[in-house]
Formats: sequence, C-alpha cells, structure tokens
Amino acid sequence: MTLAERDESAASAPTIDADERARRRARRLERVGKWVLPVLVMALALLAWDRIVVWNDIPHYTLPGPGLVFRTLIEDWAILFDALLVTLQITLLALLVAVLGGVGLAVLFTQSRWMEMSFYPYAVILQVTPVVAIAPLIFIYVDSRIAGLLICAWLVAFFPVLSNTTLGLNSADHNLRDLFRIYGATRWQRLRFLQLPSALPYFLGGLRIAGGLSLIGAVVAEYVAGTGGIGSGLAFRILEAGYRLNIPRMFAALILIAATGVLIFAALSLLSHLMLRKWHESAMTRER
Amino acid sequence: MPSEPARQAAPAPSGAAAARPPLLRMQGVDKVFNGDVVALKGMSLDVREGDFISLLGPSGCGKSTALRLLAGLSHPSRGRIAWDGGQEEGDLGVVFQEPTLMPWATVAQNVWLPLRLRGKSYAAVKDEVLEALRLVGLEKFQTAYPRELSGGMKMRVSIARALVTRPRLVLMDEPFAALDEITRFRLNDDLLALRDRIGCTVVFVTHSVFESVFLSDRIVVMAARPGRVIRELAVDAPYPRTDAFRTSAEYAAYCRDASDALHAAMGDAA
Repeated sequence: MTLAERDESAASAPTIDADERARRRARRLERVGKWVLPVLVMALALLAWDRIVVWNDIPHYTLPGPGLVFRTLIEDWAILFDALLVTLQITLLALLVAVLGGVGLAVLFTQSRWMEMSFYPYAVILQVTPVVAIAPLIFIYVDSRIAGLLICAWLVAFFPVLSNTTLGLNSADHNLRDLFRIYGATRWQRLRFLQLPSALPYFLGGLRIAGGLSLIGAVVAEYVAGTGGIGSGLAFRILEAGYRLNIPRMFAALILIAATGVLIFAALSLLSHLMLRKWHESAMTRER
Repeated sequence: MPSEPARQAAPAPSGAAAARPPLLRMQGVDKVFNGDVVALKGMSLDVREGDFISLLGPSGCGKSTALRLLAGLSHPSRGRIAWDGGQEEGDLGVVFQEPTLMPWATVAQNVWLPLRLRGKSYAAVKDEVLEALRLVGLEKFQTAYPRELSGGMKMRVSIARALVTRPRLVLMDEPFAALDEITRFRLNDDLLALRDRIGCTVVFVTHSVFESVFLSDRIVVMAARPGRVIRELAVDAPYPRTDAFRTSAEYAAYCRDASDALHAAMGDAA
C-alpha cells in the first residue's frame, strides 16, 4: 500500500478516535452485561443452592433442591396453572378497577375542589390502613369470594393511580392553561386536550406501581380468605402445600408468583414506553 | 416622586398613528395584587389598527401584567379596558416567553389548537394550518414533534399558532428573550415581514432597547414600583425595515432616546 492510498482510505472512513473507541466498547459491554450478569448470578445461586442441599443431606421437606422444585413445577403444572389463572384473573381485574377508579376519582378531584376536599382524606385513610387488617371484615360482609378478593386487591392498588394521576392532571403547563383560557376552551376541552395528555406519563408511572400492588393485594387477600373450596389461587396452594409439608410445591408456586409479578411489570413498562416514546423525555435515549 | 425626565414625558403619538382607527383602549388602569402590591398604576394606552407597540422597561415594571390584562387573563382593579366594537372569537393571538407547545402533539396539531378549540376538524382547517406554517417557514416540519426542533423553530411554531386564526391583535411577551442573538435578529426580521404580509396589530413586551426600536412604531417606556408608563416614543422610520435600518444613524438616535428614557425609568425605581 502506498502512502497516497493510505491517506485516501483514512479520508473516506469515518474518524474514530480513542475516546470514541472507548465509548463504543463501554456501550457494547453494557449491552451484553445487562443480560449476561443477572443470568450468571442466577446460575451461581442455583448451583450454590443445589450444592448446599446435596452436601448437607438436607431432606426435601426442609429444603428441596432446585432440581426437585423444577420437577414439581412440571409434575404439578395442572394444579398450579389453574391456581395461577385464578390469581392472575383477580390481579388483572383489580388492576382494571384500580385504573378506572383511580383515574375517575382523579378527574373528579381536579374538576371540583369541593370533591377533592371532601373525599381525598378518605382515600388516604383507605391507603394507609393495612389490607390484612380490613380483609377479614370484608370477607364477613361480602358473600362472593371473588368479589371480596377483588375489593382487597383494589384497595391496595388504586391509590398510586389516583395520586399520580391527580398530580399529572394538575401539572399541566400554566402558560398552556392560559392559552386555553384565551381561546375560550370549555372544561371538557381543557381536560381532554391538555390535562389528560399532561397526566399520561404520571399515570403510567402509577400504573406500574399499581400492577405490582394488585398482585400483592390478590395474594394477601387469598391468605386472609383462607382455604375455601373452588376457585383457589396460588396463595391458597402455598398455604395448602404448607399444611401438607409439600415444600417443593410451595417453592414452585412462589416462583410462579414472582414470575407473574415480573411479567406484569415488564408488560406495563413496555406499554409505557410505546405510549411515550414519541414525545416524552423518559422514553428518549440521548447521545452522551 | 417622579424625576425630571419623567415629568417632561408626554404621550406623543406620531401623526400617522393617530389617524388609524382605534382597536383597543386602556384607560386609567390600576392592578393591585394582595391588596397592597401595586403592579400597575394609572396606565392608559390606545392601541390602533396596524400599530406595533413595544412595552419597554426593567423587570417588575408591570409590562407583563399589562399584557395579561390586554389578553383578558386578569381584570383591572380600577379603570377599564375595552375593544373598540367588541372582541370577537379569534381576534387575539398570544405568544409567550416560552414556546408553550404541547410536547405530545405534532407541529401541525399544535398550530391547529386554536381552531380545534372552536370545534373545527383538522380536515376543515388544514389549509389555514399549513398556510400559518408556511408563513413562518416550517411547512416541512408539520409532522415533527416539538422536541425535534431548535429553540428558534419552536418559537416559530408558537407564532404560527398565534397567527392561525388571523387575529387583529397579537400580544407577545418577550418571545425572543431566551434565544441567541443571531436567531433573535432573524426572528425580528421575519416578524416584521410577517406583519407586512398579514397586517396585524402587535403589542410586544421586551427589555431590549434595540429590539423595541427595530420592531415598533411606538415604544411605551415603563418604570417599576409602582409599574407605570413614564414615556411614549414614536419611531417614525418607515417599514419595511432591514439591516440597513439596523446600522443607520437614525436607528442609533432612536436607540439613544429609548435608552435615556429607560435609564430615567431605572433611576426612578432605585
């Protein structure tokens, strides 16, 4: 290669200096590490768990090894999957009602100061009272088990939606509010074109919290409701397995609950990203 | 107690301006906040069809308060503000200090807003929206989101939105204060060109002497504590004004006048 040729190739290729190379390497490492590291930690933990059980001859009714838990998960899949569906149904219904109730109340509160002053304190009281403390009462007064579970899960889940959405509705840009006034916008127009879009990022933040909480609410309510015939969810299976010292099944059910929680969070994060990616700062990736 | 220049000050509108039909009149307006904070005292202002009026003054002189009163966003504590022949829908356009765009809406949707709030569908007013964008040179960006635009471009969208209803009066509250000087000069030029084409009346709040002289045919100099008018200057240079005007001796003389009046206003406040 002659000198002239080398010069030419240098000119046509983009200039990548040492800084840029270091930055690219860091980016690549981060991209890979984000997935590989958690998986590696998981594998190590499982290995350690397995070795501890084997080396110490721990009986499976005290601590089953990961292999046995996994086998149980497959063998008991029919029972566990039915239970999962029940818990999932309660969770999603509760989340839906929490969204409707939370957003509805938030809109009502921002439309009327009187409403907010009258009812907001009670929303706070409902939120701060532990659901385990109210649940037994609810199951006394509500005949339907499903309805009782739903109420409990809703009680836990609605508040983040309510408080985040209220915050969002009130944080519309004040100059834009003035502009809407100048152009004679009606209350409804202000709500629809200004306040609801402003509240969307806040609402989605609340929704992600509420998703996890409605699962917690559903599981806690099931514990309180106790062993009760048909339509039993994962929490009930855990209780039942505990009475029978079927520890592997307890672990299997627990794994399913955790996986469900992760899945709900991931789905809501994806939803949030899809709805905000065009305009909101939180969904942007910036060049550093 | 007012100082010497303030006492000499007498509203002296130019002959040409006085001949124009009136549009809006402010008479002896006071604005008092919380019972004792006097934001504006005894302000009178005649806005005539085709005027370009700058309200010039230090911060706290009540120029933004005056603009909010003109916009109908607040009401005078005393005195009155009246549109000659009444104000009709779409007569008023406003540009704030920030672009104040809806980040979730595209450029075209933002410009559509004033018409949308009057119940007009996009299809029905598409031509007006695109025409407004063409006026500010952004017709290629109609589907962009505000975050994709530079500060100057956002301000242009804001101006397009103010113009889309073809208002008789446009109120501008230090719209270019946050922009760099090169962008500000360009937007000043473009603003005058725009006004030439659509012939609206402008009331423009600024704290820049140069900007007020370049843009307006009347400068209302205001002083603080309490906010009040201390002088009205006529800038009789003809439009269109270009870079040649910006470097002329005439421009420099007007700037000196306005600057002296502003100094009087500041001295008064201290």
